[in-house]
Amino acid sequence: MFPSILQSQKQVPRERSTERHSEPVRIGVFVCHCGHNIAGYLDVPALVESARTLPHVVFAHDSLFTCSDAGLAEIRTAIAEHNLNRVVVASCTPRTHEPLFQTACQEGGLNRYLFEFVNIRDQCSWVHMNEGERATQKARDLIRMGVAKAALLEPLEEVELAVQPAAAVIGGGMSGMTAALNLARRGFAVTLLEREPELGGILRHLNTLYPTGAKASELVDRQIAKVRDDPRIEVLISAEVREVRGSIGNYELVVHSKQFGMDLPVQAGVIIIATGAEELKPVGTYGYGSDPRVITQQELEGLLSENSSPLPSANRSAVPAGADAPSPHPTVVMIQCVGARDETHSYCGRTCCLTAMKNAMLLKERNPETEVHVLYRDIEVHGTHFEDYYAKARELGVIFSRYTPEEPPQVVADRVIVYDELLGMRLGIPYDLLVLSTPMVPRPGARQLAQMFKVPVDEYGFFLEAHVKLRPLDFATDGIYLCGSAHWPAHLDEAISQAYGAAARAATILSKEQIRASGVVAHVDEYLCRGCERCADVCEFGAIEFIELERKASPFNLPIQPANRKVAQVNPVMCKGCGACAVVCPTCAMQAAHFSSEQVTAMIQAALGG
Amino acid sequence: MDNFQPKIIAFACNWCSYAGADLAGVSRIQYPPTTRVIRVMCSGRVSPMFILEALRGGADGVLVTGCHLGDCHYISGNEKAVHNVEMARSLLGLLGIESQRLRLEWISAAEGARFADIVREFTEQVRELGANPLVAEQKHTVREGATLS
Repeated sequence: MFPSILQSQKQVPRERSTERHSEPVRIGVFVCHCGHNIAGYLDVPALVESARTLPHVVFAHDSLFTCSDAGLAEIRTAIAEHNLNRVVVASCTPRTHEPLFQTACQEGGLNRYLFEFVNIRDQCSWVHMNEGERATQKARDLIRMGVAKAALLEPLEEVELAVQPAAAVIGGGMSGMTAALNLARRGFAVTLLEREPELGGILRHLNTLYPTGAKASELVDRQIAKVRDDPRIEVLISAEVREVRGSIGNYELVVHSKQFGMDLPVQAGVIIIATGAEELKPVGTYGYGSDPRVITQQELEGLLSENSSPLPSANRSAVPAGADAPSPHPTVVMIQCVGARDETHSYCGRTCCLTAMKNAMLLKERNPETEVHVLYRDIEVHGTHFEDYYAKARELGVIFSRYTPEEPPQVVADRVIVYDELLGMRLGIPYDLLVLSTPMVPRPGARQLAQMFKVPVDEYGFFLEAHVKLRPLDFATDGIYLCGSAHWPAHLDEAISQAYGAAARAATILSKEQIRASGVVAHVDEYLCRGCERCADVCEFGAIEFIELERKASPFNLPIQPANRKVAQVNPVMCKGCGACAVVCPTCAMQAAHFSSEQVTAMIQAALGG
Repeated sequence: MDNFQPKIIAFACNWCSYAGADLAGVSRIQYPPTTRVIRVMCSGRVSPMFILEALRGGADGVLVTGCHLGDCHYISGNEKAVHNVEMARSLLGLLGIESQRLRLEWISAAEGARFADIVREFTEQVRELGANPLVAEQKHTVREGATLS
């Protein structure tokens, strides 16, 4: 079943007024057999009988499949015939079927939040298959709890919002440009913001790309040309986000443009964060920063792309007495995991193994006499392309030596001293060039950007997705998406795939004229609120603001000047309905709709009352 | 007390633990029918009041479940749950209720077996503790009252 498709095609009648205090509560309970799935293990007729005796229940019924067309029609008919104003379905799980039954209620003329789900299949009949009466007893309790909550349900309002059909993409690297192009080709206006004076991101600093060997500059220049040619994309270079306001559908950014020397407003329905990452510069490690022969992989790429030889002419100091004669050929030593997988950056840089192989092979191709040593902890290659790439590097004669984190390589008197774990020997390798493979780290300012957008970053400062598996390109904050190395160090193909994904996620919002925010949000009782701001302190979504409430003059002509009062106000669009604010409210002014203290307490009492 | 069947109120967050409990069902993993699950949007919604209300009302155990730390759908709701559960726990002593009757666990949407294991294990633990002392006390008082009259 595809409830969302069904919903969009159906005509929904006008809702009846169903405030709890405006008319007596009349609850209908529908118990589903789910074929044999429930009825095979629980005594469904007994459940219906006991439901009928519960307070406010005026109708109870069982059906073979409540989610079938016939079952849904029964709900609609019963609402009309028995004048029901609350509906309880005891069947499978709200995670899959709640929208379907809510829509049935709506079609019957009820607000969709006057529905309560009782899970007697996934969390009862399927897990207590041999319990007999005890399983039925549990289901009886669960239905009693559902009915107790249903009696206290209130109709909730879903706020409708117009959507600004435009996107703002932050970061003009490969992933940002790809996302912008993708959205523009769907017909949406895009503002592409780049902090640097040029588009292109980290690819500007790379020579060739693994595993194809394609020139990075050609690829990036082609993409820049496409972006520049697209009339729907407005590019702002040397531009930084200064302020963010609004929420899904209607974000407003204040962008400072150095190019125009002024702040510019940017309006967007959605935002994609694609700020990328940069190479860690390991100043002070292995003489980096003081010895010109010690460089990073990215700096090596720069030398290789300029077609100049990265190798200084034979420039070795005298061989210490007793040491082996150095190789007569130029020697390059690469050390992997420099500044990675340690206490500060405990993650794997992901791209560095392949980058080292790529550059080692280029050096070999340029001069097969060059000796290239790669000192590694673990080789991280994977998939169909990259494992072959590793094999090719070995075939070309790149020497891989494994070191352990307990005994990292050391530079002593122009030699790299390393204990090769596999050989069981200590090696002293004289070098002409020492290349350090360091991990990508978040761009400076990522944390500030995260705070501005109220989205989380991980301990390193990489942006953190809403759910590692289910929502990998979303943020918990609606209408903001992410792609590329701002998320974690990504290979180029991954960054591009993520850009397509983020653009597709953004388009699900932009393609709607209006969006509905869930009705499950917090509500404030202004009378009880004393403006202590504890709710705002715990709100992760910035959904709570404080307004001055004008106190009316006393009708009794008391000689006291009424003072204005500060009270909380919930933005129903920004509120995600978690209910944390309701827990900390000392006066119970803040209530989590659909999970109010009254409703949960009623469920607790019903669970224990049987 | 061999046939004592404890009653446990279990709070499950909508995004992880409730889904984990569903997965136990889909996988047909069997566990004792001792829990009564209350779905909340976030483990951070479980007020210490709910926990105390359950134990005051006679629950033999209270289980609060949420997403693993770092995985919360609402960013930090489960961290708030740690605080709220500990606040409730600190009050249990005053009520004369063993702190082992209250448990906080992280169960992801992929951990159906873990949900079942925790219910099984917690049921055993509560069974060893016996009935909620507040309920036992009430029964005792009623019996004494009956003798007096």
